Amino acid sequence: MTLTLLEIVALGLLGAAVLLSLLRLILGPTTPDRVVAADTLAVITTSGLVILAALLGSPLYLDVALIYGTLAFVGVVAIARTIEGNG
Amino acid sequence: MTTKSIQRPEPGFVHGLFLYLLVFALWMLLVGNLDTAEMAAGAVVALIVTLASRPHLSILTGLIISPAALLPLLRYLGTFIVALVQANLDMARRVLSPSLPLQPAVVEVETKLKSPLGRLILANSITLTPGTLTVDVQDQVLLVHWVDCPPGSDLASTTQAITSKFEQHLKGFVL
Amino acid sequence: MRLIADLFLVVGAAFTLFGAIGLIRMPDVYNRIQAGTKAVTLGSLCLLIGIALLYPAWWSKLLVIGVLILITNPLGSSTIARALLKAGVKPWSKASVSQAGEADR
Repeated sequence: MTLTLLEIVALGLLGAAVLLSLLRLILGPTTPDRVVAADTLAVITTSGLVILAALLGSPLYLDVALIYGTLAFVGVVAIARTIEGNG
Repeated sequence: MTTKSIQRPEPGFVHGLFLYLLVFALWMLLVGNLDTAEMAAGAVVALIVTLASRPHLSILTGLIISPAALLPLLRYLGTFIVALVQANLDMARRVLSPSLPLQPAVVEVETKLKSPLGRLILANSITLTPGTLTVDVQDQVLLVHWVDCPPGSDLASTTQAITSKFEQHLKGFVL
Repeated sequence: MRLIADLFLVVGAAFTLFGAIGLIRMPDVYNRIQAGTKAVTLGSLCLLIGIALLYPAWWSKLLVIGVLILITNPLGSSTIARALLKAGVKPWSKASVSQAGEADR
């Protein structure tokens, strides 16, 4: 499908959000900061997959988004448990 | 989340039925059509899931399952959505203002909700509302990180400011 | 219809961006969690609504994804925050740092 101007703007904003989250992921400075950044990035990726489904017109990616979101949550809880254990 | 000193009544048939209908509804949403074959498969799968989760069914005993609980539920959802939008506008204002207006503190708030499920929903709501983040739940006391804590707050004023608007609706459908 | 959908998409993307900016600008990890969780949750929901308006046939799966994000995102954030507090990471406060800017732990 052809994109409207607003849709291109939305994609640009989302891309900037991904870049900023990545920046926090790289900068740190502590492990918890990186975990938070990764968590945020995971949610952005989930909605990003939904947008990808819309761009490609294929509902198959919705299932991918669903599973990705679930696994990201499980991963975050697992990492949180690890941090708690080390404390 | 600590669970001691919380009374856990035995889950009854109605809780099992509730979970069954919930799982079945989820199945139908995922399938996305009303084929007879899909519905039959969903009925079987939902039954298996419900039976398999019997040991964990007690979390649902906090739920008040009655028609009278419907109105508080809708009111709660309304309050929640308004609070979520407010929270985001508030956060956007803070993040974008050059001076970064913050006055963070970890405060305690009290809840009258007794069931683990009620406290879970309350904690989740607090996390998504303006400037607050639930850090821990210890029995009836919730630890909350507050971005803009007014100086001189005590337990009563923070409870009033953070939990009361949710709790008045929540107590209509969870214990 | 397409215009309303596009507006939802732009607003959603903007909130997501605000959350990411908060992630960069906030002085400590607790405030970063706050900014990240809230803005990204509402941002994602707006994006999902926008897509649902573009592709009405997908509503059921989008609803499931929306509810999933709405439940798991705050839960995950609370779990991280609790782990941090238990691990002894002290929240930043203006009084102790005399607002000198970036300060961790």
